[in-house]
Amino acid sequence: MKYLEGRIGWTLLVLAGLVFPFVTGNDYHLTVMSTAYIFALATLGLNLITGYTGQFNLAHSGFMALGAYVVGILTVDHQVPFWIAFALSGVITALVGLPLGFVSLRLKGHYFSIFTLCVGYIMFLVIEKWESLTHGTVGIIGIPAPTGFGGYVFDQPRALYYLVFAFLVVGAFVMHRIVTSLLGRTFMAIRNSDELAESLGINLARNKLLSFLLSVFYAGLAGGLYAGFVRFLGPDLAGTHHTFEMTTFMLIGGIGTILGPLLGAIGMPWLSQHLQFLQEYRYVVFGPLIILLVIFVPNGIVGSYLAWKARRASNEAKKLAAAPAAKPVNTTAPQGGATHA
Amino acid sequence: MDFLQQFLQQVLNGLTLGGIYSLVALGLTLVYGILHVPNFAHGAFYMAGAFVSFHLMTRYGVNYWLAMAGSAAVVAVLSTLAERLVFHPLRHHSGLHPMIAAIGMMLFLEATAQLIWGADFQRMQSPYSGIVELGGLTAPVQRLLIIAAAFLMMVVLHLFLKKTVTGSTIIAMAQNRDGASLVGIDANRVAMLTFAIAGALAAIAASLYAPINLVYPAMGNLVITKAFVIIILGGMGSVPGAIVGGLIIGFAESFGAFYISSDYKDIIAFVLLVVILSVRPQGLFTKGVR
Repeated sequence: MKYLEGRIGWTLLVLAGLVFPFVTGNDYHLTVMSTAYIFALATLGLNLITGYTGQFNLAHSGFMALGAYVVGILTVDHQVPFWIAFALSGVITALVGLPLGFVSLRLKGHYFSIFTLCVGYIMFLVIEKWESLTHGTVGIIGIPAPTGFGGYVFDQPRALYYLVFAFLVVGAFVMHRIVTSLLGRTFMAIRNSDELAESLGINLARNKLLSFLLSVFYAGLAGGLYAGFVRFLGPDLAGTHHTFEMTTFMLIGGIGTILGPLLGAIGMPWLSQHLQFLQEYRYVVFGPLIILLVIFVPNGIVGSYLAWKARRASNEAKKLAAAPAAKPVNTTAPQGGATHA
Repeated sequence: MDFLQQFLQQVLNGLTLGGIYSLVALGLTLVYGILHVPNFAHGAFYMAGAFVSFHLMTRYGVNYWLAMAGSAAVVAVLSTLAERLVFHPLRHHSGLHPMIAAIGMMLFLEATAQLIWGADFQRMQSPYSGIVELGGLTAPVQRLLIIAAAFLMMVVLHLFLKKTVTGSTIIAMAQNRDGASLVGIDANRVAMLTFAIAGALAAIAASLYAPINLVYPAMGNLVITKAFVIIILGGMGSVPGAIVGGLIIGFAESFGAFYISSDYKDIIAFVLLVVILSVRPQGLFTKGVR
């Protein structure tokens, strides 16, 4: 835990991210990595509601698309400057999420998942059909590149890479602070047993809603960033496939940790770029991979590492405790050992 | 008169859609009753059913009804395999993991179908392309066939569940798993049987509907999502609920498409669900817990 989620691990990761553009001179790699960071930012949000609060949200890519379309529509159709539109992307997404959050408060487990699956579909269909607002299947093209101070324009792959990376680092830091705070523990208590959490005086409704809104806010911002990065949008962004992909990132890395989903979200697009020859058939490989992971590595890479460390620690404690006993039949020995330790 | 004709036409459309939705939802609700897991891969079974029928008919020139039976058998095996290989190992896991595994299976089946048959939209020919005139009302034969076959299947399933011992074991296990195993019901056997029935129902529904629709790898997605709406409406795990819910959604869609907007007809079911869940989170017909 200390190494993985502690300062050293984070510092190394940030350094690796900073150095990456110098290691690869390839613009294509930078673009792949930047896209991965944007989805990692969204996955952080999904992980909060699903991994920490235990509500399996299937509308996440819908909210991401919503944020992206806020930026697309405002900048292209209303000439709003990118950063103002970007700031609004998170806010408006959260505002749309608010009534849905209220409905979802009363839904537990499978009902919540199916409800959000439908919400995701509604978003996709609305984006596709409401042509006067969203340009329908044509999509939005010509989204202006983000600008910096003094008229600087983020339109080079390296500049965009650092811009996206900066957002991911800040997003991950804030998320780390959230989940290690009292609030994060409250979410985890709800995940583990909402009845127990309620009996401890935790306000279920308020905390579930807060977790949902924070998660949706991350999705919206990631979407806004995506709009400024890719600079064109289509309804496909809202498709459930993206939610499923983010769920897979989360699962491979480790649900309910910050580092796990991050690593998963960064590693998976990388992997799929190297499986390019599979093209759209990559799910022939990924599908069974998801199933095998769920069955054999349910906690993901980081989660399993943490579990392994915990097991090793407890085994050592047991060994210490059992040391005086020569035969396991001797039942008094562990007791003696325990007092010894 | 003109109004009445249009109205009856929508009733006919509603019955067609409703019959198909009910068949898909029935399989889903049976599996939910036994497993307590929403099987997101059920739509992929539906898609697989359509493709297997399509394949048997176009490649081997098999008769429509035989192709339907063949596809029901193939998908029943596929569905049973899914139970054995995916859901059985996960039955002690929390709700999240089986759901994600089901999604993995869905992605796999869709990609495999695309690998074998391509991403293009395919058209499946019905041997019954005629049109029947019923007192000023025109109805394609295939539509009438869908309605008749779907409701026949429902009656058969009902008789099977109510009148046979094997059927009763499924109901018993859906009602109380521990109690069922206490009286000597083999939980594994019942789970496999339920998956087989669900798969066969999905394949039959798809083979019935395919001739008036299109066949493509993602065709199951919208249908399965609507089937989820239906089983929430009707109460998860309830057989009559799935039938009534299917008809409600079928009618809401055909009337909505005609009188409101055909662009938004696919949204109607979901909006209905959001409204209903806001008012009654347990669904329309659920009395107690589930």
